[in-house]
Formats: sequence, structure tokens, C-alpha cells
Amino acid sequence: MNKMEKALRELSEMDELAAHASPVHGLCPTAKLLTAIAYILTVVSFNKYDLSGLSVMLLYPVLLFQVSGIPVRTCFYKLRIVLPLVMAVGLFNPIFDRAPMLTLGTVVVSGGVVSMLSLMLKGLLCLMVSFLLMATTPIDALCAALRRLHVPGMLVTLLLLTYRYVGVMTEELAVMTDAYHLRAPGQKGIHISAWGSFLGQLLLRSMDRAQELYSSMLLRGYHEHFHYVDFKPFTFSDGLYTVGCTAAFLLLRFVNVAQALGGLIVR
Amino acid sequence: MHMADALLAPAVAATMYVASGTAAGVSIHKLKKDDDAQKLPTMAVTAALVFAGQMINYTIPGTGSSGHMCGGMLLSALLGPQAGFLSMIVILAIQCLFFADGGLMALGANVWNMAFYGCFVGYYLIWRPMMHSRWFAGMGAKAGQRARIIAASVIGCVVTLQLGAFSVVLETSLSGITELPFGAFMALMQPIHLAIGLVEGLITAAVLTFVYESRPELLREADMTDGAVSAKRSLKATIVILAAVALVVGGGLSLLASENPDGLEWALFGNSDAGYAENMGLDEDDFGVESRAADTAAAIQEKTAFLPDYAFANSDTPAGTSVSGVVGAAMVAAVAVLICLAGGFFRKKRAAAAK
Repeated sequence: MNKMEKALRELSEMDELAAHASPVHGLCPTAKLLTAIAYILTVVSFNKYDLSGLSVMLLYPVLLFQVSGIPVRTCFYKLRIVLPLVMAVGLFNPIFDRAPMLTLGTVVVSGGVVSMLSLMLKGLLCLMVSFLLMATTPIDALCAALRRLHVPGMLVTLLLLTYRYVGVMTEELAVMTDAYHLRAPGQKGIHISAWGSFLGQLLLRSMDRAQELYSSMLLRGYHEHFHYVDFKPFTFSDGLYTVGCTAAFLLLRFVNVAQALGGLIVR
Repeated sequence: MHMADALLAPAVAATMYVASGTAAGVSIHKLKKDDDAQKLPTMAVTAALVFAGQMINYTIPGTGSSGHMCGGMLLSALLGPQAGFLSMIVILAIQCLFFADGGLMALGANVWNMAFYGCFVGYYLIWRPMMHSRWFAGMGAKAGQRARIIAASVIGCVVTLQLGAFSVVLETSLSGITELPFGAFMALMQPIHLAIGLVEGLITAAVLTFVYESRPELLREADMTDGAVSAKRSLKATIVILAAVALVVGGGLSLLASENPDGLEWALFGNSDAGYAENMGLDEDDFGVESRAADTAAAIQEKTAFLPDYAFANSDTPAGTSVSGVVGAAMVAAVAVLICLAGGFFRKKRAAAAK
């Protein structure tokens, strides 16, 4: 299976997950989007040494995973893209920041280690929440939510159209890549002699097709913007969810619950 | 070069959102004014193609490794800077939403680093001037145009990638995420992206030359008239000049970063008074500013303090420093496990009921 087929599989997996039914899937996409943004903002605003306060934030995605029934495995598979850069940046912290932070018995943990761990945890938490948003919301529902939040219609329509064609184009290129490799065995990638023509030919064909596509859209009555049917209204419970979650995030941000809980046992 | 949410402070992320959002707003306005909105399907199809095309492995001759294409220059050469910019935004959004490449909050920064430079700087400062220039005119109309396309693509990709990499360093450092000194971080990022930019430029050049040869009318600003110009310059000389220009322009930032980081740091932080640096949230110790005043200050500090003044001195900020914090985190983990067990229990129960 080549890279593009893997990407296609990932895309269809997300589509399938979004088509499930659960209390989380049933929420209005606007509420989910706003809550996700509030969560991410809260998580990244934590002090880099505040690992224990940050750890409490883990409860929200864990709860969402359980209520929505989305498998965590799919999410962790996506970590392979995010973690390397976060780790590359964070790995230097233990080297440059050696000030002792915490003594656990005889082990001294430096500030750098704490900040590296909290950076990695932040990366994980943000990824989980945006993954959960996309795994419980179909793309057209999300686009409708974006429209409601006054994101320009042109951009939203472009996102929706591009998403539709990403599948088509990726499939086409997957087939082309397979065909190329069958004709050129033992080559790792595209040879320099075909650098231009490989993508160029598909590009020319597709741009012509796009013209026809636009004509056909016009013939079917397209006029500047799409109309989103089957759009969930923003109900009172959606509002309650958004406000409640945001308030809880703020509370966890300013009150260190982990510290307080630990304080009950250790003094 | 996709930044994750964790690498940005909320203030930096918001600033980048405003910057990218403004550029997007201006682009949309311009497209609507020119009635280019009808190009929407073309933009979508091309964006989808670039998205998929980024996954193609191009073998770099003579090495075992492979390169990838960069989208910004290609899209703006085909669609124009505004439409190219919007297409890049959409590509980055899809990568962030469905492939976790980047992050929801970091999207503004990613758009700026990868789309803004590639589309606007690459188009207005490199692509368009070069397409209208008299460079390589001695090679004949068509060959000259082809050479200009190659030169513009390579220089464009190298320069815009250097700018992008520099922005990544700047944004991460301003967010106070890494302890890595600014100069060292730059010395790490810029040379890597110089190599990446060169390869990406060559791939972009290959695709654009192919388009030029088959359908020149698709390229923006490409001159299709047979402008016979009498400037004499041999092919060999032009290639040498081309390589030199690409290296000088692209390498300039890298060399600045790797050999003389202090110069740039001085430009950024050194000449600002203490109040300014504090207002910007820049910790001079973290950035390793080299100036006479800073040196004296550091020398005094070295004598007086055994340990540098890290946050553990003031006890209110790092709340996670005590043992109770660790114990509390463990309890949180236990609660998380309990939630998982409860979820599993209810799901099993529901599945049994369904049977």
C-alpha cells in the first residue's frame, strides 16, 4: 500500500467515525467547535512547569472518547506526525534548563524535564481534542458551523469542494504511482526525467475538467454559495454544553485540582 | 514545518490568526472584485491535486533520498497569489483537521509560514518581477522564458522556505516554549530548509516548465509573445549566475544564522532597552543576548547566584512542584482509568441489550 492509499484510508476512516451516532455526535457542530477551541486555548495557556495542573485536563478527552465510543487507537496513530516536531523542540529543555524542580526521594527532576513533559502532554491533549471534533462531526456539518461563525462563504465552499476532490485526486495519484512503479521496478521514487510530466499531465487534465465542472454546477443552479441542509440548530442544551465546558476549563486552569487532591493525602 | 498547537502561546497564535485572516480577507475581496469567484472549482481541483502531489516521492539524483513538492509557488503561478493563498489555506486546514498535521490553533501561524510567504512574497517579489525581467533573454524567447521559470521557482521556494523557517523559530521563541537559544534554534532550522527549498524549487520548476511547454496560457505572467531581445549571455554563464543568486539569496539567512547568530539577536533584542524586552515577553537570559551590558550583568549574576533565577524561586507560579502535585496527577490518572472502565462497562451492557 503506498502513501496515498494510506491517506485515503485515513480519510475514509474519519468519515466513517463521523457517521456514528452518540450523544457527542448529536451535539451541534458549532458548540463542538467552540468548545474545542476553548479547550485548546486553555491547555496551551498553562505554565510550562505546571504539569500537575495540566494533567487534570486529560479527563475531558478521556470522557469524550468514552461517551462517543471513538477508538483511541486511531487517534494515537496520528500522533506520529505531531510528536516528532514537538519532541524536537522539547528535547532541548532538559539540556538547557537544569534547575532542580522537584525531589522525589533521591531522584531530582529538573525544570527542563518537567517543561518537556508538559509540552508533550499539551501536544497530546490538543491532538486528542481536535481529533475528537473531526471524528464526531462530518465535514459538511463543520462547514455549516464555520458559516454560522461568519467565516467567509468563499473559503468554506472552497474547503468543502477541495475536500471532495482530495479523495478523487489522491486515488488518481495512487493509481499513477503504482503504475509508475510497476513499469520502473527498483526505483524508490519518481525519476528526475518524469518530475514535471508526472504531476503536470494530471494537472492539465484536472484543470480542464474543473472548467466543465463549473459549467455543470451553473447548469444545476449554483449561485455563489451552497445551502446547507440537515443542519442541526444551536439549541439550549448546546449552549449549556459550551458554557459549562468552558467554565470547567477555566476552573481547572486557575484551580490546581491535582494539587488539592494530592494535598488530601500527602502533607 | 507544520507547527503543532503545543508549540504556540495563545497570544502568538491569535496574532498569527489575525495576520493570516487579514491576508485571507483581502484576497477574498480582491477575487470578488475581479469576479474571479467563478474560478472556485479550478481552485478546489488544483488544491486537491497539490495536496495529493505533496505525497509523491521524487528521487533526488545521486542521493538515496527523495524530495517533495511545495505548494505555494506552484499554486500562485497557476492561479495567481490570492486564489493560490486561499487554496493553500484549505490544504493546510484539511491536513490539520483530518491528518493531525498542524493544529486547530496553530493554523493561523501555519498559514502565515507556509502560504503567505509562498504565495504573496513568492509571487509579487520573485515570480512576477522575474517573469517580466530581461534575464536569459539571449537564449531566445522560449528557452529564456523556461530559464526564467526555473530560476523563479528555485529562488522563490528557497527564499519563501527560509522566511517560513525563520517565522517558525520566531513564533516558538516568542511563545517561550523552548529553552533552546534563539540563535542555536535558527542555526538548526535555516540550513535544513535551505536544502529542502532547493529540492522543492527544482520539483516546482519541473512541473511549471511542463505546464509552460504544453499550455503556456495557464501560467500567470508568462510572456507568450516572441520578444526577440538582443542580450547576449551563454547558457553556461546564465546557469552559473542562477546558481550563485540562489545560493546567495537563500544562503544569506542561513549563514547569518549559523555563523553569526549574535548579529541577528542584537538586531532583535540587544538594542532594545530592558522595558521593551520585558513587554515583548522576551527573557534576555533565554535568548542569550550578547552585549556589553548583558555580559556585565551576567558576570555579576554568576558571582552572586549559584543557580540562575528560574521560576522555582517564586513559589506561586509553578504549582506542580510539590509532591502533592505528583500524587494528585496520579489520582487524576486513576479517575481517567475509572472513566474508561465505566465506558467499557456501559458499552458492553448496551451491546448485550442489542442482542
